Amino acid sequence: MTSLAEHDHADAAAHALAAGDAMLPRPYRVVRTRQDTRDTVTLQLEPVDGVPLKFSAGQFTMLHAFGVGEVPISISGDPTKEGLLEHTIRNVGSVSGALVAAAPGTILAVRGPFGTGWDVSDGMGGDVVFITGGIGLAPLRPAILELLANREKYNRVALLYGARTPDDILFGDELRKWADLLGIVVEVTVDSGPHSWRGRVGLVTQLIPRIAFDPANTVALVCGPEVMMRACATALRGRGVPAASIRLSMERNMKCGVGLCGHCQLRELFICVDGPVLTYERLAPLMSRWEL
Amino acid sequence: MTDDTRVLGLAGLQALIDALGLRGYTVIGPTVRDGAIVNAPISSLDDLPRGIGDEQDAAHYRLRDRGDEALFGFAAGAQSAKPVLFPSDELLWRSRRTADVTVIDREVEPPPGPPYALIGVRSCDLRAILMHDQILLERTAADVHYAARRAESFVVAVACTDPAGTCFCVSMDTGPSPRGGYDLALTELYADGEHRFVVAVGTDRGAEVLAEVAATTATADDVAVAERVITEASGRMGRALQTDGLKYLLYANVESPHWDDVASRCLACTNCTLVCPTCFCTSVEDVTDLTGVNAERHRVWDSCFSEEFSYIHGGSVRESTRSRYRQWITHKLAAWEDQFGSFGCVGCGRCITWCPAGIDITVEAAALRGTPRKTSQRS
Ligand SMILES: Cc1cc2nc3c(=O)[nH]c(=O)nc-3n(C[C@H](O)[C@H](O)[C@H](O)COP(=O)(O)OP(=O)(O)OC[C@H]3O[C@@H](n4cnc5c(N)ncnc54)[C@H](O)[C@@H]3O)c2cc1C
Ligand code: SF4
Ligand code: SF4
Ligand code: FES
Repeated sequence: MTSLAEHDHADAAAHALAAGDAMLPRPYRVVRTRQDTRDTVTLQLEPVDGVPLKFSAGQFTMLHAFGVGEVPISISGDPTKEGLLEHTIRNVGSVSGALVAAAPGTILAVRGPFGTGWDVSDGMGGDVVFITGGIGLAPLRPAILELLANREKYNRVALLYGARTPDDILFGDELRKWADLLGIVVEVTVDSGPHSWRGRVGLVTQLIPRIAFDPANTVALVCGPEVMMRACATALRGRGVPAASIRLSMERNMKCGVGLCGHCQLRELFICVDGPVLTYERLAPLMSRWEL
Repeated sequence: MTDDTRVLGLAGLQALIDALGLRGYTVIGPTVRDGAIVNAPISSLDDLPRGIGDEQDAAHYRLRDRGDEALFGFAAGAQSAKPVLFPSDELLWRSRRTADVTVIDREVEPPPGPPYALIGVRSCDLRAILMHDQILLERTAADVHYAARRAESFVVAVACTDPAGTCFCVSMDTGPSPRGGYDLALTELYADGEHRFVVAVGTDRGAEVLAEVAATTATADDVAVAERVITEASGRMGRALQTDGLKYLLYANVESPHWDDVASRCLACTNCTLVCPTCFCTSVEDVTDLTGVNAERHRVWDSCFSEEFSYIHGGSVRESTRSRYRQWITHKLAAWEDQFGSFGCVGCGRCITWCPAGIDITVEAAALRGTPRKTSQRS
């Protein structure tokens, strides 16, 4: 804390006012929508004021449906191209339901981008493993696209992806392209599939022993439900990947996205500002505690 | 106290209130309402709780007749300055949506409400305001409404001369005498039948206002009496909290069986966070009119004791009361230090006084010191 004698609240307040209102959103127009799966929709949005939003892979925005509410949603678009703001949203409740129902032309409000990024470029010169479950592929997609823009700078790259059923697999065409043309080992597994499903059934963690990477020289980016991320981190540690090279994207209730509302706290961390992407080294002691 | 320490009589204090009013401030000070000390607009010394003291203990608050004429002879009131500078409900923005336009308006300029002059801010509460400055103004993003209100505020602090049974500012090193962050600070003296206020000047603005009222230079005697009164008050704290190693104590006790014990008493009513001068957690609410054209977004106080606070689809992260009490006390006495470099508790005692179950932060922290560390099987 600043010592009391030095403290100048008027100066701090003036500075804060000049910096602008982080709680005030900008209007965005839905330009295109794409039904990805039964319950998941990708929205492409353009700013009404025309100024595009720059972001790092892994960051999220606070996306607001007028009169309904505002929720944190990761950006799922390509960080290397200036273009429309892209969000891939799974309908699980009132706000996400209103967002997936937004037709082209609908005005939504956006704040952000907020939070830390994946920093996938730290994996240059080494191997990169992406591990994800369910909607978790959407927040990872920008990091995958960023890597692909410089594919030759990375060694082995693998994407392990677990979906509930074959019908829930997101970005299917893209997954095939990444595997066939861009030299990514893509392994998909489902919790359960019909008889016609010829792929794998089981947990995504079970894929970890199947792929080749140099543990000491690997960056692993993991996004999914917390239990799944813990299990993956444990398996990666088991194969010798340092905890500092394992990055997870944490989910917590968020009402502001900028460190003010207190909702996202995990002991000393504000997940919205210190995260959502954090190393397993930082998270391990906090994730193993009940209801922290 | 410095050489420019001054002295005001009763008439001088009234003149100070008048001078602040003339400068356009809404002057807020302690008053008696429904059997408690509450902050409200004041214009005269008669609005202050003359001759009123208080009695505070766990789940107990009562005003008493002091049998003297003291104007500030009580300890922490029902609320700190928090509701004035950081109201429980703040309009963030309005939107108007028709078929072809959507307008989002913010309502920051001019600052919401007139500038406030806060009279009688206690040292613990002043420290809490400085923490809010740090949390709400000096980080990644600022609360612009707080910034606007705070930039204009004028603070007349007052030293506590009669602490209550639930006070422990001495343990938290935040009182009983303010050490900075004020424009002016008063120490009420009531010796030799002469009612007067020793005034320390904290800012140029404070000095300017004081120059407009008939203040005399404090004598060495006045200063000595003021210091003695404060030293005596320091010795009369109703509670104490042993602070060394507190952060490690709480972090190490994350799985303590003691949380079950507290949970058996805690009603998760959120009173403690509402009265706490440092708690800053908020939520947002959307209000739409019947036509759906006009909507408003409000920022409202929230509490880590509510179940929805940590809700993510599938359930709350902190489902149980024991995990929520643990969050509260761990944030106050440990995580806050990692986040902001100080304890998140200023020792005002309000959470103890206003807890319907009488749960006492000082007692629970002490109990943790007594509990052997135990690693539970739960995860
Ligand atoms: C950093 C971050 C990135 C996210 N990225 C995506 C994404 O790319 N795509 C996607 O579909 N979902 C994402 N989510 C989850 C998404 O925020 C929730 O699904 C959404 O908040 C649910 O809101 P609701 O009103 O529809 O659900 P309800 O069940 O009605 O929830 C009520 C309220 O609880 C809170 N809440 C509920 N679930 C969550 C949750 N999982 N996380 C945070 N707050 C929650 C919200 O404030 C919500 O309004 C992300 C969450 C976080 C924290
Ligand atoms: S935790 Fe309790 S004693 Fe500490 S500042 Fe808050 S209300 Fe006061
Ligand atoms: S988390 Fe709880 S204890 Fe901490 S500031 Fe928020 S409401 Fe207060
Ligand atoms: S979301 Fe509000 S503090 Fe993190």
